[in-house]
Amino acid sequence: MTRICEHPILGDLTGVDQVTIIVDGKPYPAHEGEMIAAALLANDIKTFRYTAHQHRPRGIYCGIGRCTDCIMTVDGIPNIRTCITPVRDGMVIETQYGVGEWKRGDHHE
Amino acid sequence: MNSFPIVVIGAGPAGLSAAIEAAKAGAKVLVIDENLKPGGQLFKQIHKFFGSRVHKAGVRGMDIGRQLLEETKNLGIEVWLDTEVCGIDQTKNIWAIRNKDTSVNIRAEKVIVASGATENAVRFPGWTLPGVMGAGAAQTMINTNHVLPGKKILMVGSGNVGVIVSYQLLQAGAEVVGIIEAAPQLGGYGVHTAKVRRAGVPFYTAHTIKRAMGDHCVAGAEIVGLDAGWNPIPGTEKVLKIDTICLATGLTPLTELAWIAGCEFTYIPELGGHVPIHDLHMESTVKGIYIAGDISGVEEASTAMEEGRLAGISAAADLGCYTAEEKRKRTLEIWDHLNALRCGQFGQKRRDAKDRILAVGKEMISWAVHV
Repeated sequence: MTRICEHPILGDLTGVDQVTIIVDGKPYPAHEGEMIAAALLANDIKTFRYTAHQHRPRGIYCGIGRCTDCIMTVDGIPNIRTCITPVRDGMVIETQYGVGEWKRGDHHE
Repeated sequence: MNSFPIVVIGAGPAGLSAAIEAAKAGAKVLVIDENLKPGGQLFKQIHKFFGSRVHKAGVRGMDIGRQLLEETKNLGIEVWLDTEVCGIDQTKNIWAIRNKDTSVNIRAEKVIVASGATENAVRFPGWTLPGVMGAGAAQTMINTNHVLPGKKILMVGSGNVGVIVSYQLLQAGAEVVGIIEAAPQLGGYGVHTAKVRRAGVPFYTAHTIKRAMGDHCVAGAEIVGLDAGWNPIPGTEKVLKIDTICLATGLTPLTELAWIAGCEFTYIPELGGHVPIHDLHMESTVKGIYIAGDISGVEEASTAMEEGRLAGISAAADLGCYTAEEKRKRTLEIWDHLNALRCGQFGQKRRDAKDRILAVGKEMISWAVHV
């Protein structure tokens, strides 16, 4: 478990609402409002996607929405920056392969 | 069409300070930020700041963030979050996407670009593995998201970011297995460095990372000693058992919007690379476009706030909110603060580099009134 529950300056992590996210078909606990990337790390998930050509694993890199290394398919939409997108109860998150695949919405919009 | 006398891009320490000064002068201001929350990187800075009392020394970055947000609210400054600026033209017409789905145009008379900076990468075999990340990313994970990115950390870089984040990783319960520094001497302020050393973290000067080990994520790192010419010394390799590699290897100003707007640049390596040329009032080579904070050269939040104030005062004054004399007086006041922050062993280098930008600015910005 990598959740920081006690901290000398930030204080204790209390009063946080729990939600459930579905990652590659399996349910995991997450904290309401936290970023997807944080929820995944808290559940010891470090690989978020595989690259298109060499199938190399990637995880978080910049943590502030700039580098796009942490992108995943979220609720059917690929290339979502997980480090700046908050979780929602019931959110469906999938490991992304290559450029991903649109499963929802119209990408010609 | 939305129309604002002053639009500030970026709600970090520089942008908020700029907006607060401009609003205090009586100008109507809009602040735009791409993030869901304002404050830039202030809220992950849980350490106490340096400087004198006037620079809020001894106050934690996160508390300074709260103070700035409070002031922004009290002044009734409009803030658009989740709004990404995609373009600015030379007539100061801004194109942005709100809430990731709505295209908006904003007409501004003055634009203050306070877009910040981004962390530098270092490339080595294995650098793309999950578990290699910016030191700032690790800091965001622990202090903003309350999650440890790993349990055994190798920090690459002993500058202030490297040692401060190392200490914060210790506070959060991680083990920092080592801090490596390619230079022969350590790079951070003594007080931060000493805290980490007292906590028992080994420092390796004149060392670099040779490779990250692991198939699916980081499982170790091989480091190697460097000679006086920065070349690896064969036989000095050492394998550290770690699960996370944090890169604290400097920052680069986020300058895209200033390039798009047509600002002229100069190259100042000590401040992170290409920075928009500007004058004493933070005005760029495009009249009515000002810059503040890390975009004008990577420094610290305390200098970013002062530069933000300079830009806010200049923009408001140029709209007629202040007389030339008032503008001059306030500008000089803030330059006193900036000069006080840019002194000593570390600050002087930044001051000299800043002087070089201002010297170019003086040449190029013909309308600038030099105080």
